[in-house]
Amino acid sequence: MYKIVSKKDLASNVKMFKVYAPRVAAKAKPGQFIILRLHEKGERIPLTITDWSKEEGTVTIVVLEAGKTTKELASMKEGDYILNFVGPLGKPAEVKYYGTVAFVGGGVGIALIYPEVRAFKEAGNKIITIIGARTKDLLIFEDELSKLSDELYVATDDDSKGHHGFVSDILKKLLEEGKHIDLVIAVGPVIMMKVISDLTRPYGIKTIVSLNPIMVDGTGMCGSCRVTVGGETKFVCVDGPEFDGHLVDFDNLIARNRRYLEEEKIALERFLSHG
Amino acid sequence: MGKPQKIREKKVPMPEQPPKERIKNFNEVALGYTAEMAVEEAKRCLQCKPKEGQKICVDGCPVGVNIPEFIKHIREGDFEGAIRIIKEKNNLPAICGRVCPYERQCEMYCTLGKRFEPVGIGRLERFVADWELARGVKIPEKAPPNGKKVAVVGSGPAGLTAAADLAKLGYEVTIFEALHKPGGVLIYGIPEFRLPKRIVEAEVEYVKKLGVKIECDVVVGKTVTIEDLLKEYDAIFIGTGAGLPNWLGIPGENLNGVYSANEFLTRVNLMKAYLFPEYDTPIRIGERVATIGGGNVAMDCARTALRLGAKESYIVYRRTEKEMPARAEEIERAKEEGVIFKLLTQPIRFIGDEKGWVKQMECVQMKLSEPDETGRRRPVPIPGSGFLMDVDTVVVAIGQSPNPLIPKTTPNLKTGRKGEILVDEKQRTSIEKIFAGGDITTGNATVIAAMGAGKRAAQAIHEYLSGKS
Ligand SMILES: Cc1cc2nc3c(=O)[nH]c(=O)nc-3n(C[C@H](O)[C@H](O)[C@H](O)COP(=O)(O)OP(=O)(O)OC[C@H]3O[C@@H](n4cnc5c(N)ncnc54)[C@H](O)[C@@H]3O)c2cc1C
Ligand SMILES: Cc1cc2nc3c(=O)[nH]c(=O)nc-3n(C[C@H](O)[C@H](O)[C@H](O)COP(=O)(O)OP(=O)(O)OC[C@H]3O[C@@H](n4cnc5c(N)ncnc54)[C@H](O)[C@@H]3O)c2cc1C
Ligand code: SF4
Ligand code: SF4
Ligand code: FES
Repeated sequence: MYKIVSKKDLASNVKMFKVYAPRVAAKAKPGQFIILRLHEKGERIPLTITDWSKEEGTVTIVVLEAGKTTKELASMKEGDYILNFVGPLGKPAEVKYYGTVAFVGGGVGIALIYPEVRAFKEAGNKIITIIGARTKDLLIFEDELSKLSDELYVATDDDSKGHHGFVSDILKKLLEEGKHIDLVIAVGPVIMMKVISDLTRPYGIKTIVSLNPIMVDGTGMCGSCRVTVGGETKFVCVDGPEFDGHLVDFDNLIARNRRYLEEEKIALERFLSHG
Repeated sequence: MGKPQKIREKKVPMPEQPPKERIKNFNEVALGYTAEMAVEEAKRCLQCKPKEGQKICVDGCPVGVNIPEFIKHIREGDFEGAIRIIKEKNNLPAICGRVCPYERQCEMYCTLGKRFEPVGIGRLERFVADWELARGVKIPEKAPPNGKKVAVVGSGPAGLTAAADLAKLGYEVTIFEALHKPGGVLIYGIPEFRLPKRIVEAEVEYVKKLGVKIECDVVVGKTVTIEDLLKEYDAIFIGTGAGLPNWLGIPGENLNGVYSANEFLTRVNLMKAYLFPEYDTPIRIGERVATIGGGNVAMDCARTALRLGAKESYIVYRRTEKEMPARAEEIERAKEEGVIFKLLTQPIRFIGDEKGWVKQMECVQMKLSEPDETGRRRPVPIPGSGFLMDVDTVVVAIGQSPNPLIPKTTPNLKTGRKGEILVDEKQRTSIEKIFAGGDITTGNATVIAAMGAGKRAAQAIHEYLSGKS
């Protein structure tokens, strides 16, 4: 049992939790994730480790309400317990000095790039951060990221703040202007990561994406999380979650993430009708 | 005792759910003996006193259960006595009595089996174990605490057995398990209809009552490393199994609707997807399901598919039934339930629809040629025999390999060609204080072999820590 020690609403459908899980906190590194199961009948779902404190023994997760399990988690309160919480899973990000690193975060991905922005900044890189969301209320972590970034750009789909349009528009403009970038790290919806990877390919800029396939165990045992990368099958939970975006077969990932659409709808409707 | 009777030629039949009914539920198929049936079956035993060099039942049991003796107690109606004898050697009899391949072990050496059907040793073992479980399990005497600590990694049969034996010897034992539930393959792999989870839970409870601590949600190699554990424990036993699914490596394997056996079974058994939406984890099953493989795992998948509502469930295997590694009993049950066997057939490509779901499988017909290094005749494709098979779900059940996580994160831990941890006859690894056993050292084997390794390791750890070796 893992206690929720604090909860914060970041946006109407985005919540941040600090969970007491000292073993995970002691080993966490940027780019890694946990898997949790809320209760005896719950599903195992992966969430990125957004922050951690070895001293407090806590791990911070940020969750976007997507379906049944994330909505149920979002409804939990400070002092409640999560039944299972295992990690840190996946390979840590390869943090080192590259020069100029451009981070692109979309939606909940904005929160997820935070630990990496911090680590890459500490490694001496110049940081350009581009974040985008549907509307300005969903621009979470903007202050934190702005402090760490040498340049910060914002986009919203509805023109409520910053550039009217997509994060990819901003990156495209920077590249066209001839801005020097050594590495791009993109975290967000699969389609966004695909567009960003296509964008940087002609420039030959190495682009890292963090994949979010459907997982079960998270330890390399089932293969639910497999995707095709560079023509080979990779298990995202142990070989990833970060991969070279120029090698990822995004269409395969998009198709695989639609495996349970019908069941997800049934589960959500059932949850919303009787909790 | 009554007057001598003629020996029954066949085992006393075991009551079973009829095939038509059982494919509609996940309840156990074989229902177990009543006390009368058990006594009746026990009477078939000849109570052999083997001559020098003669092999009997006991010689086929990897943990050396004193079979004639426990059967004698059953015959006399002393079930309590029978279970005590079994438990001297076997900590998990309710499980072994269900899933041991006894036809290739104890029952294969049964003297009676030379003329008639062998004594139903597995069934009898199951009967007394269930009898005890129903009454509440007695905790055996333990040695007083000796102040030494042992960590066990993995809670499958190897880990549970090693932990139980060490606890009985007075060690303070903690099991670390990656998943949220202990039991290993017994919990996530073998289906409810063959091994009810309440049985596994009861056996796990028994191990806990011996004083063993079980910590779930700990992935050794990630959450803690072997090196971390070495600082805190006097010895370590690694029993992490063979959990890495093997693939065919053919085009289309990442299409939707193609599962590894592990994913398919884990969703159904561990996550209880067969109870979706009461349980949150879904599983998707089509009308025509093909399971590739011929072992116990494949049989479990094909039979599970039927229970999930598949109209047609196929076993696709590249050799013939004779070469199938699955237990005869399981093949028989699969057939009774309507599983269709497509033998001498090898898939070479999966074909998807426009949305990325598998819709067909291209196969070739095989024939058997001369025996290979395993002694089985090698299948070779017949040229020009390709054909298409319509399928909407495929389960790949062609074996598992040892999970590389611990070897990868433990410097100097030696592994073999297939990634298995190398051990000597005392289950010692290349690193002092570290022992290993079960599928992680052998590749996918059996429950009882894993238990045997756990027992040997417990003994070796005891010798090591008490300075006897
Ligand atoms: C490595 C990794 C890190 C992630 N980090 C975060 C994070 O920090 N914050 C966050 O909000 N989300 C994160 N996600 C996504 C999150 O796991 C899914 O949103 C969540 O599982 C959805 O579950 P649900 O029941 O609420 O929704 P559902 O209705 O079940 O699913 C909504 C969508 O989420 C995906 N999904 C469903 N089940 C799973 C599953 N078991 N595992 C993975 N994806 C699934 C599917 O694409 C599905 O279409 C991460 C995913 C991965 C793989
Ligand atoms: C579907 C199926 C059906 C089978 N049917 C039969 C049968 O009928 N009869 C028979 O005798 N055998 C059968 N077997 C084989 C048998 O189950 C195995 O040989 C046996 O379970 C091996 O035991 P083990 O303890 O070595 O490993 P496992 O049972 O695999 O247990 C290993 C445990 O270690 C955990 N683990 C792995 N890595 C880590 C880590 N890094 N940190 C912490 N924990 C970890 C795993 O989660 C797991 O719980 C079957 C196997 C399968 C898959
Ligand atoms: S443990 Fe297995 S092999 Fe040994 S007696 Fe029991 S059924 Fe037979
Ligand atoms: S070999 Fe068969 S008949 Fe003889 S003691 Fe063993 S079980 Fe009984
Ligand atoms: S989630 Fe099961 S192997 Fe990655």
